[in-house]
Amino acid sequence: MNASPPRPTVTSVDATTAADNVIAASSTGVPTDADIVTIYLPRDAAALAMDADAVALAIEQEAHRRNLTIQLVRNGSRGMLWLEPLAEIITPSGRIAYGPVQVDDVASLFEADWLHGGAHPLNLGLTAEIPYLKNQQRLTFSRVGITDPLSTDDYLAHEGLQGLRRALTMTPEQIVDEVTASGLRGRGGAAFPTGIKWKTVLTTPAPQKYIVCNADEGDSGTFSDRLIMEGDPFVLIEGMTIAGLAVGATYGYIYVRSEYPQAIDTLNAAIARARRAGWLGDDIQGSGKRFDLEVRKGAGAYICGEETSLLESLEGKRGVVRAKPPLPAISGLFGQPTVINNLISLATVPVILARGAAYYRDYGMGRSQGTLPFQLAGNLKHGGLVEVAFGITLRELLYDYGGGSASGRPLRAVQVGGPLGGYLPESQWDVPLDYEAYVKISAMVGHGGIVAFDDTVDMSRMARYAMEFCAIESCGKCTPCRIGAVRGQETLDKIRAGGPQHEQHVHLLRDLCDTMLGGSLCALGGMTPYPVLSALNHFPEDFGIAAPATSGHPTASHQA
Amino acid sequence: MSTPQATPNPPGSAGARGGESALSAARQSSMPAVKAAAQAATQWRGQPGALLPILHDVQDQLGCIPADAVPTIAEALNLSRAEVHGVVSFYPHFRTEPAGRHVLEVCRAESCQAMGAERLADHARQTLGCDFHHTTSDGAVTLEPVYCLGLCAQSPAVMLDGKPHARVTPDKLDRILDRAMQHAQEAKA
Repeated sequence: MNASPPRPTVTSVDATTAADNVIAASSTGVPTDADIVTIYLPRDAAALAMDADAVALAIEQEAHRRNLTIQLVRNGSRGMLWLEPLAEIITPSGRIAYGPVQVDDVASLFEADWLHGGAHPLNLGLTAEIPYLKNQQRLTFSRVGITDPLSTDDYLAHEGLQGLRRALTMTPEQIVDEVTASGLRGRGGAAFPTGIKWKTVLTTPAPQKYIVCNADEGDSGTFSDRLIMEGDPFVLIEGMTIAGLAVGATYGYIYVRSEYPQAIDTLNAAIARARRAGWLGDDIQGSGKRFDLEVRKGAGAYICGEETSLLESLEGKRGVVRAKPPLPAISGLFGQPTVINNLISLATVPVILARGAAYYRDYGMGRSQGTLPFQLAGNLKHGGLVEVAFGITLRELLYDYGGGSASGRPLRAVQVGGPLGGYLPESQWDVPLDYEAYVKISAMVGHGGIVAFDDTVDMSRMARYAMEFCAIESCGKCTPCRIGAVRGQETLDKIRAGGPQHEQHVHLLRDLCDTMLGGSLCALGGMTPYPVLSALNHFPEDFGIAAPATSGHPTASHQA
Repeated sequence: MSTPQATPNPPGSAGARGGESALSAARQSSMPAVKAAAQAATQWRGQPGALLPILHDVQDQLGCIPADAVPTIAEALNLSRAEVHGVVSFYPHFRTEPAGRHVLEVCRAESCQAMGAERLADHARQTLGCDFHHTTSDGAVTLEPVYCLGLCAQSPAVMLDGKPHARVTPDKLDRILDRAMQHAQEAKA
């Protein structure tokens, strides 16, 4: 299924230097470097899904027709996804953005002299000055959209490898201490301190240890992992290598979902180049230290985003959840001590090492330190990636960045943290996004996915979908999840149908949620009640319940 | 000629079950499933956790993982056939029957639902005349649900033959499908 994008894209996967990307379209004489204008056009799936390859071809042809020599670089996405495909032109005053560019716009862009930043309805001015981008605090995403994702030169020119180089001068204990001091917590959802996990692996003696990157980004509303893999794959390679040095692991796996064929291709190309550059292998940067890694492709099972199920899948088995203990840090992949981290956690390690723990820790609030790449999705005008420090509110994200609903109707409910996260009504949109503050309102920040719904949403239907999704994706190991999700779906059907036993069915649903919350083996069964109960408590009218919710909190306790 | 292929590893002729010579014989098999499985197993079986890469390899070659491929894979990895079958059936990505000439995956997750994915799904079902997990009667398109393509800021999204499409309206879906059919016809002509 790894369909390669249709030809031609100007930057071939094997191009190693920027010079390879130049199209010699000029038929009159040899162009000087000053004449060659560089155009950036993303290769990210978000841009490809809006015909970026066809636009690239059109740009190339139009330049050729006009005897102009251009250099077309296929970069990662800037994360302003409503503007994709977003083309950028390098001018003396900086990079100027044009978007969203479609094939039909290309001729008029050249006509408007866009190669020198000419005026055009699609001209958005200097990219760096667009408020959506300017107001972000991009630490993990500092290079995404700026560099050619597969250029090792670009990577080095933009602070790449500084973290690894520093790590190579440190002892494993010092690296672990640095990560611990940064306050970095697992970005997959559980928010467990990364340094503590690493410490456990470091202090567990074993003949072989592993670093596993969880890139099975299955939550609806999330795409930050994908943007890194397609936009700055070297940062993940660097982060995993540092993790290997920190705990004494010499091999790593990146488990990527099969729904991301472009990400898999980009990662594989990046790994090959990193090996060639001596960033991976038996003698990293001449240090005598060893680390290598490979990509493994998932096969469409959401549950494999759960860490123990992912390890089973990597071992070649059904992705069935393991009981804990033992922790993967002690007995993980193939029974060996294993660091298994979310992709964003690992991709954040290089900046922590490069700039120091204190630099990172100074962002954020309370025990939620640093930044989180939030992903604005669903019914929003300006969906995309917003990396900011913890502590921002949902309202700021929805309106200041997201620009309100795409449909123009009022926003009604927002699901934060993926399919297992709660639905938040407007009364909760001013709670700061911080792990602890969200736990207090029975919600979760999770992987930072934010899905907005307008007032046409039927929340009883969304509650039913949560149960349906759990039933489809359950690995089947524990009863509360396997059977509970099916019964939950049936009960919600009865509630939605109304009838004389309505109240009893609502009671039964709460009882069932209580069982799933307390009795499931992993987060799938254990957290599916969050969207269900939050919908029931905050939007009772959608369930045919007249009385307003007695509590703002989705709890499993029965409400009289 | 036909006996060794019908039973890939008859004792004495092709070595121990799942051994080097048995695999080598299987690679020469006239049965495409056995051959593909043996090739994939030869390439991957030295690696830890080789089963998923082998299954992907077979599916990439044949478009599915036929039941005939299972015994060869099982023997090469010293697993039971039940274990291999269990893995194939666990993962939605793996299919045991070939798909249609095109595979259309329509995202049905929350973010796409917030932007009208259910309407799009209904339109796809109606236009194609088949339900999810099924193939049109002419074998042209297999319709599959997918739970998130990571294009959530540009919902609703679909993937056709591995190529992503975002902000898909029913009209746009028709155009995408028409174009794919046209390409296929041109390629045939």
